[in-house]
Amino acid sequence: MKRRGVAFYAQLAFTLVVSAFLIVPVGLSMLAGITANYFQGVGSGLTLDWVLKVWQLYSDSIYLSMQIALACLAATLVLGVPAAYGLARRPSAFGRAIEELMVMPVAIPGLATALALIVAYGGFRGFRTSWAFILVGHVLFTLPFMIRSVLAVMSAIDLKMLEEGAASLGAGFARRFFGIVLPNCRSGILAGSLMVVTLSIGEFNMTWLLHTPLTKTLPVGLADSYASMRLEIGSAYTLVFFLMIVPLLIALQLMIRPKGDIR
Amino acid sequence: MAGRDRLLSAVLLAPTAIVFGAFFLVPLAELFLIGASGPAGFAAYAAILVDPRYVASLASTIALSAAVTAATLVISGIAGLFLSRNRFPGRDLLVSLLTLPLAFPGVVIGFLVIMLAGRQGLIGALSNALTGERIVFAYSMVGLFMGYVYFSIPRTILTVMASAEKLDPRLEEAARSLGAAPWRVVRDVILPGLKPALIAAGAICFATSMGAFGTAFTLATHINVLPMTIYTEFTLQANIAAAAALSFVLGAVTWAVLALARSAAGASVAAAG
Repeated sequence: MKRRGVAFYAQLAFTLVVSAFLIVPVGLSMLAGITANYFQGVGSGLTLDWVLKVWQLYSDSIYLSMQIALACLAATLVLGVPAAYGLARRPSAFGRAIEELMVMPVAIPGLATALALIVAYGGFRGFRTSWAFILVGHVLFTLPFMIRSVLAVMSAIDLKMLEEGAASLGAGFARRFFGIVLPNCRSGILAGSLMVVTLSIGEFNMTWLLHTPLTKTLPVGLADSYASMRLEIGSAYTLVFFLMIVPLLIALQLMIRPKGDIR
Repeated sequence: MAGRDRLLSAVLLAPTAIVFGAFFLVPLAELFLIGASGPAGFAAYAAILVDPRYVASLASTIALSAAVTAATLVISGIAGLFLSRNRFPGRDLLVSLLTLPLAFPGVVIGFLVIMLAGRQGLIGALSNALTGERIVFAYSMVGLFMGYVYFSIPRTILTVMASAEKLDPRLEEAARSLGAAPWRVVRDVILPGLKPALIAAGAICFATSMGAFGTAFTLATHINVLPMTIYTEFTLQANIAAAAALSFVLGAVTWAVLALARSAAGASVAAAG
């Protein structure tokens, strides 16, 4: 082990400061959510009253977000996995156009996509006021992440050889797809799924314009509580949100940790 | 066989193409036409670029995004390089902490900025205890800057680390054995090697800062960035034509930056998203 000089410790200190910048406010907000009176400080006592209050006020929005996230996951799996397979099989002009299209939800701000959806489909009242309207926005936003994640794994393995082997043994397309392709892409599908659920639960840019008073999602409720409730309630709501999303993010970290080996 | 193969690929891609066509391309086309539905017609798009209100908003959004990108690249470059180069106890935990906020939504980040720099925030409390003056900057452009840097650090650190691990350590050894000073190794060997990753990460960082809305919404509705202007035009002024035209200008600037970065850094820009 080489001796560590000043440069090492300076960089370590810098990195620690950066991580403190990221983590301290998370801790503060979680603490504020269980503090009786944050203005007076933790000395005022710890309580779960604010969390209960949040549950009374906003449990609908939490359930709706879970529902949309799961529906969004189902849709991105059904659409995205075959699409990634189609892109991985052979390069084509159609495929390139789709790949180009996949960059757009990153480039076009969510606000613009939401406006476009409202302009085009806002006239269909039943659709506009249902949660499916929000779901469409979420699918547009998350589908590229699913496709990219699955495609990354498909490009890394020799799918062609595996499939030719199976085909030469007489396996038809369906058996190859479900028996060879899907099992070999498990890690990509899982990482993509975690990303889709995490992004859908937290999506706000589009949802703020797409939601209606009867279809409020968790982040819409968060914005509402930040604007109109006392700090402790906003914090408690954020705490509930963190409890939902942090396990997903940790699972995601374990999968995308840059260690070279994706599987 | 090749024909059947091509057909199969097309069939696999078709559902995604249909969904994107129906719910993304067609609506965007309609939005584009609505942007031109005012009395000025398509000139409305050009008019936006001379209206001082909108120009100010666009300029401050671009300036903010550029500043966020620069700050994020410096911070994540140093931390990411350090973490990929050194192994020490607690390193994995540090990596986990730095990448945890990877997918925090903008509204929550706005709230975290308020926890740090708001009226009841930590920075205000500390400065009050030390100097008797409460420093509060959450509800301004500075707060927004802080929020966007917060948002961008985890993703950029991941990109930098992934790229740094692929650099050939022998190049650095060679430079060092030839007597290059540490800063020259960084400037002439490490930075050129990281350049594609930095460009890719920087482009994503710039694009998300341009279009982000939740953080500004949480901090203060009067912050003059383009997404807030679009939102105000749409909801308060009911000026859908202006909101549509502004959305396209915003989308076009962001798209152009991403396209530039992609041609400069290769295809990795999309993958960094």
